[in-house]
Amino acid sequence: MTVPLPGPRGRFGAYGGRYVPETLVPALEELEAAWLAAREDPAFRAELSDLLTRFAGRETPLGDARRMSADVGGCRVLLKREDLCHTGAHKVNNTLGQVLLARRMGKTRIIAETGAGQHGVATATAAALFGLPCDVFMGALDVERQALNVFRMQLLGARVIPVESGSRTLKDAMNEALRDWVTNVRDTHYIIGSVAGPHPYPALVRDFQSVIGAEARAQCLALAGRLPDAVVACVGGGSNAMGIFSAFLEEPAVKLVAVEAAGHGLASGRHGASLAKGTPGVLHGSRSYVLQDEHGQIREAHSISAGLDYPGVGPELAHLKDTGRLTLMQATDAEALEALQYLARMEGIIPALETAHAVAAAREVARALGPDGLLVVNVSGRGDKDVEQVRRALAAQAPPPRKPARRSRAGAAQRRKGGSR
Amino acid sequence: MRAVKRRTMATPDAAPGPLAGDRIAAAFARCRARGEAALVTYVMGGDPDLATSKAMALACVEGGADLLELGVPFSDPMADGPTIQHAAERALAAGTTPDGVLEVAAAVRARSDVPIALMGYLNPILARGVERFADGCARAGVDAVIIPDLLPEEAGDVAPVLASRGVRTVFLLAPTSDAARVEAAARAATGFLYFVSVTGVTGARTAVAAEIGPTVAAIREKSPVPVVIGFGVSSPAQARALGALADGVVVGSAIVQRIAEGGTRKARAERVARFVRSLKRALRR
Repeated sequence: MTVPLPGPRGRFGAYGGRYVPETLVPALEELEAAWLAAREDPAFRAELSDLLTRFAGRETPLGDARRMSADVGGCRVLLKREDLCHTGAHKVNNTLGQVLLARRMGKTRIIAETGAGQHGVATATAAALFGLPCDVFMGALDVERQALNVFRMQLLGARVIPVESGSRTLKDAMNEALRDWVTNVRDTHYIIGSVAGPHPYPALVRDFQSVIGAEARAQCLALAGRLPDAVVACVGGGSNAMGIFSAFLEEPAVKLVAVEAAGHGLASGRHGASLAKGTPGVLHGSRSYVLQDEHGQIREAHSISAGLDYPGVGPELAHLKDTGRLTLMQATDAEALEALQYLARMEGIIPALETAHAVAAAREVARALGPDGLLVVNVSGRGDKDVEQVRRALAAQAPPPRKPARRSRAGAAQRRKGGSR
Repeated sequence: MRAVKRRTMATPDAAPGPLAGDRIAAAFARCRARGEAALVTYVMGGDPDLATSKAMALACVEGGADLLELGVPFSDPMADGPTIQHAAERALAAGTTPDGVLEVAAAVRARSDVPIALMGYLNPILARGVERFADGCARAGVDAVIIPDLLPEEAGDVAPVLASRGVRTVFLLAPTSDAARVEAAARAATGFLYFVSVTGVTGARTAVAAEIGPTVAAIREKSPVPVVIGFGVSSPAQARALGALADGVVVGSAIVQRIAEGGTRKARAERVARFVRSLKRALRR
């Protein structure tokens, strides 16, 4: 945990900060103090490290995607296998850390928001491990499209509360979680799952996710003897991206490729590309890029992947965009669907739909890098949760692709319009 | 609507600038002189449409409100309970913009000297541009702005701009605020301070006077401006109990609910005015 801290009041350049009701300020100050103390406390670090090893299954492998490499023209592609984490995604790195912090602060109840359900499952898991009651807020639309994860949370003893307001997705779940927290702040800890929200969350969540980058960097050096030319990660709020990028921020030769959800296409207005198409604003407690109309009303995002269906993005990513450190790319719903099948057939890995966006972009990046290139892709989660949705989406596509094309960039582009649900 | 705005611009009371007549201080002073707590009433601008919300605001004034809060709808109102969330949804569905709410304010200003505070989240203000928003407030005769997601320590880009147009920024305090935060808010306070009576979101429910009495007393001791109590004040009896503790009491969701009960604009206005009168009677000590 050697990542630099943000500036005063949680600023990353012009972004971040703390835009919340007064009621929450003491809790945020308490959390910040507990976190700053914990990250210097050898006992805390040892306990977290032990949990990550023995419970979450770290470290996760970094491995060659050999057939994909050959397919994209020889660029060496290394996959960081966060999909192998317990609960199926990187989210558990953060929830274990935050549950330890909650215990340190004497909080007796856990709440969380969730989009795809991965963060909800990871939170429910950590709460179960420590015997804490857990309520997870989830947009009613996401409850429908991620039924499996809803049931997993319930099996883990959590209560899933469907949120019917607004767009019935992740942003509304976050509003409702914030409202619950305002009401129950004295005994409740809110585990935010992304590098978003009021200070200290963006820095704190990145801190807990930075283990991804630290491992990937060391593993890459061991495997390839050098740093990668590019690191690719999908971005909704941005926790897996900041987790892996954190180890390469100071390496200007390493391109940081942030892949956002283009939904039905950037031009359609139905997407989740806050960095590419958003403007600076304040949402959910921090200043960052948000999708909004001219009057400052937050627009509904769209993505086939519930985890990227969010009209905001972490403030540090906004800052990295402005400083030119990020390379922004997008993948449409159809491209993500196609990339999911691609990785499944080429590498025997069914990625989450979120991750599939990164895979789609990684193929382009790898082709551009050529045979001497070295690329790290963060496989942030596995696709078990998405199988039913993917089955339905593919059934809706006409004609159903019996053989997902190996060289199908054109095919993906053609299917762009009709690809989603 | 444009005509209304121009007429208001000509009203001497609405002249922009830091020396604009202090309607807020005057209203609290009047109440104090009468030995009563000020009644602050909340109506969501544009709920369910601009014309109705204007009629509701005027009904509050007619019922005896000492200060008017006009909500500016936002898509993601994280400090609000279901009643005001739904009001915001109705207002946005009707196409309400911050300009529309300013038109409502200007229409009230044309008819009354009641102090007007806009209450709305930060993002629409930033999207508008703080300077343009402040100019609009000054032109419409708005006296103050309450921004529930703007803390004193984050207000450096906003409060001075509003102040330069004679518009006060009202900060909030909560049951969880410690002494240091009370002092910081008191130092930054202009217009009045807004004490959130319950640890929670807006909505008609029971705030307990006995529990918050000492906290409010401590805040009033530090505050250079009047202190009002809001969130969870829903009945005349409750308003009376809380009014004994503070300089004023805010009633929001209970009024919004009465507007949402429906009926003709006239029926709604009568219902609101009757309720506001009952609140005002209860506040007379």
